[in-house]
Amino acid sequence: MSAVATRGREAATGEAARPGVAAHAADFPILARPVRGRRLVYLDNAATTQKPSSVIEAEARYYRESNANIHRGVHWLSQHSTDLYEESRERVRALLNAARSEEIVFTRGTTEAINLVANTWARTNLGAGDEILITTMEHHSNIVPWQLVCAQTGAVLRVAPIDDEGALDVDVFAALLGPRTKLVAIAHVSNALGTVNPVARLVELAHAAGAVVLVDGAQAVAHTVVDVQAIGCDFYAFSGHKLYGPTGIGALYGRHELLRAMPPWQGGGDMIHTVSFEGSTWAEVPQRFEAGTPNIAGVVGLSAAIDYLQSVGLERIAAHEHALLEYATEAARSIPGLRLIGTAPEKAGILSFTIDGIHPHDLGTILDTEGVAIRAGHHCTMPLMKRFGIPGTARASLALYNDESDVDALVAAIRRAQELFSGN
Amino acid sequence: MTRGDLRELYQEVIFDHNRRPRNFHEMPEADHVAEGHNPLCGDQLTVYLRVRDGRVEDASFLGHGCAISTASASLMTEAVKGQPVDDVEALFRDVHALLTEKDAPERDFGKLAALSGVKEFPVRVKCATLAWHTLHNALAGRGEQAKTE
Repeated sequence: MSAVATRGREAATGEAARPGVAAHAADFPILARPVRGRRLVYLDNAATTQKPSSVIEAEARYYRESNANIHRGVHWLSQHSTDLYEESRERVRALLNAARSEEIVFTRGTTEAINLVANTWARTNLGAGDEILITTMEHHSNIVPWQLVCAQTGAVLRVAPIDDEGALDVDVFAALLGPRTKLVAIAHVSNALGTVNPVARLVELAHAAGAVVLVDGAQAVAHTVVDVQAIGCDFYAFSGHKLYGPTGIGALYGRHELLRAMPPWQGGGDMIHTVSFEGSTWAEVPQRFEAGTPNIAGVVGLSAAIDYLQSVGLERIAAHEHALLEYATEAARSIPGLRLIGTAPEKAGILSFTIDGIHPHDLGTILDTEGVAIRAGHHCTMPLMKRFGIPGTARASLALYNDESDVDALVAAIRRAQELFSGN
Repeated sequence: MTRGDLRELYQEVIFDHNRRPRNFHEMPEADHVAEGHNPLCGDQLTVYLRVRDGRVEDASFLGHGCAISTASASLMTEAVKGQPVDDVEALFRDVHALLTEKDAPERDFGKLAALSGVKEFPVRVKCATLAWHTLHNALAGRGEQAKTE
């Protein structure tokens, strides 16, 4: 294997990103592998995060030592596996500071969690003329399920606008709330812009108008402390794979009294109390929404990911990423022809941009050959791209293992692309 | 993979045809027009043809998208102008094979050979083929929009 340039991990000075946190890159085996003969500079964390050895090992160890189907098994392995599964549920409860573990439903991810709410709470509580309020910055997974609900129930979708910096105007949002608003669905952090929404305030306004609130937390949980009781939301959804955990696992937080009133969505084993051909009865929550054998290994991996996150320290990670975002933003502003998309005052570690004369896909391909992994396109936010009048952006997104050398590599690759396109 | 591979995709021909696309204009007197759009990546174009006596007398295009899709469309209009329709259809099939199959068809592709580097970047093949599928639809008089994703 060709020698891969080592990362500059010498202590940075002053306001620079904390070297301590990024040193954890050594915990992530994939970061040591070269891509196209170059050091992998992984800046596509909003798409998915890489996994530390402890998470990879936890899943493998589950299959080596603990695997059995959960719930109601008579033998030791089944009891042990059930314990691991329910301990993970408690870990998720603690991560979100939910009041009780019954308020945590395991799902495949954020998208399934939102669809669960759409197909149970929304389908039974919305009628013709009721309103669902979302925002322009939403991911397709927080738009399309509501469009389907509207088509089924006759409810109407309304959209709160954003300003040119990518921030929500809270007064305009408030003005869109009315007596017919039954549901508000908003992103905690925008995956395309990095905007951090003032969710607690928005929940307060929505509740005053009598609406239930779902928060899409996919981009938040790995990067900031989330306290669902403090936020006050009724539902909160996130994905394990964006939290240094496995793919195929995520969770929905739902307030207990709401979950208890929701009818089932997927029917089958484990979500029932009794079954007969004359009729079946349902299990209590959260089991009512966990039909069939779940992704047990994924749940175990998620638990290990939460442990890992807490061992590094979410507050330390947030501070590190914030400092790195500032470094990256300043570096980006020094590149001629680069236009930042998403410059709200409150932002997470996401940098979306366009380069004059270079289509995002061309930029992405050139960066790829330099070992720099970013995402280019519409980021599953087509309405947002339309609002900015662009086909897409190039997006670099940060995680705990990124440091200034990654940002420097990104900048160098962008300049290389600009040289190539200018005919030099 | 090295910078050589990048060079194989983004050759000077591609940059030139992206910077100064040839035949980049509308054609009011066109009798064969078709649109192509890849919504997931944002490439969009319209191909205009004037066909007389079984020959493509004139070809032009308008649109916006990545360098690969623009250069491919530009090179295409140059390659088909003045050619018999049957030859243009044969060229469409051969270019499609050049961009998607392991072994390139036996023919001198001229400047079009510059597009073959896209095979190393499978995600970008649809950018290169969009103009050609649109051309194919235009010749066939097909109403529906072409897409290659």
